Amino acid sequence: MNAPIILLPEPSPPPRSLMHGVILGAFCLGFGLLLAITDRITVDDIAARAMEDKQNSLSQVLPDGIHDNNPVTDTLAIKNAAGRELTVYRARKGGVVTAVAYEIFGTGYAGEMKLMLGIDREGKLLGVRVLAHKETPGLGDKIEVKKGDWILRFDGLSLGNPPLERWKVKKDGGQFDQFAGATITPSGVLTAIRSGLEFFAANKAKLIDGS
Amino acid sequence: MTANYKTIVKDGLWDNNGVFSMLLGMCPAMAMTTSATNGFGMGLATAVVMAASSLLVALFRNLITPEVRIPVYILIVAAMVTLVDLAMNAWMHELYKVLGLFIPLIVSNCLPLARLEAFAAKQPVLPSFLDGLFMGLGFTIALTAIGAVREITGNGTLFADASLLLGPAFKAIEMRLLPADTGVLMMILPPGGFLVTGLLVVVKRLLDLRAGKEIQMGGAHSVA
Repeated sequence: MNAPIILLPEPSPPPRSLMHGVILGAFCLGFGLLLAITDRITVDDIAARAMEDKQNSLSQVLPDGIHDNNPVTDTLAIKNAAGRELTVYRARKGGVVTAVAYEIFGTGYAGEMKLMLGIDREGKLLGVRVLAHKETPGLGDKIEVKKGDWILRFDGLSLGNPPLERWKVKKDGGQFDQFAGATITPSGVLTAIRSGLEFFAANKAKLIDGS
Repeated sequence: MTANYKTIVKDGLWDNNGVFSMLLGMCPAMAMTTSATNGFGMGLATAVVMAASSLLVALFRNLITPEVRIPVYILIVAAMVTLVDLAMNAWMHELYKVLGLFIPLIVSNCLPLARLEAFAAKQPVLPSFLDGLFMGLGFTIALTAIGAVREITGNGTLFADASLLLGPAFKAIEMRLLPADTGVLMMILPPGGFLVTGLLVVVKRLLDLRAGKEIQMGGAHSVA
């Protein structure tokens, strides 16, 4: 076995410390190169996967039947009421905008939740899906479509249906069920959807105009 | 010194288990074990990184001077983690969507670093690779066990979503052991992590005592 290397060595003269620098530098260079090569090899695949993910999340809120374009590439940037710039994806059939989709944000039990909302040109919800959240596993994560059908109940609803003051969980006097053990999460989702609907109402002309 | 492969395997999986004996890697052991599936996935990703970085450190052990060994080890672990992260994102995207969040956290796990320092820095390539691999698998066993206890008591299920991680064939091992909504939420929240980890450390020591073994404690440097 080698000498016990856990012990601190004697203070070394300058040439030795130069050597250490060279060794460390060589390792950095070597592994830096390795990572650069890996990045080169994977970059196209990773971009393709990200595109597929976006397409998948969009196709859940923009049914295939209502568009003949690729909404991922047909985008529009509009600021929402909070001053945050949203990317709006447009579904068109024969050049006419049939529906739009955009990300909405809500505050849950454990920070921000990101959702995708699809809405037709009349303002009726086509679907809402959760893209990212940090809610408690087993409780708040029932907002995900793969963990429960709670999020599907919004399909077909709109800003006036139900009326604005009923867009809340039952506990707060609204008409939507919270789920057992979690009120903050569904309530955050509802607030996000409501603000998403208001965003549509405020920018309707621009959104469906299609230019 | 000839390495004893049987000892390496036994040490890694049980005798000197990273979590239950050395009490290393506590952060992922508690943060990532809200379900057995999550614990298992995190454990496997850690095992891959540990095996690869142990192999590399053993390979370069005569080049790495004691003075710069710590930055070099960290560099190697971080490079392996980034490599796994990129490769999984590109070619195992479904798995990446489940595990992606956990992968960068492996860098902050002190278990790989401890094994590089205590074992790979002084041993030939093959034993080091095996040490990294089996320490990683021992870590996987520990995280899966903690996750299983927390998931059963907290949520009433076992291996929920295993098919998302391992493929549709594993739908069969997804079990519901208790009726819905009977779980104790606290077990899934952070306090449950501390409770279950502590209890399982006790269980392991009782089993060792019963087997008449000497209890190993804080043994990061008690090997090789």
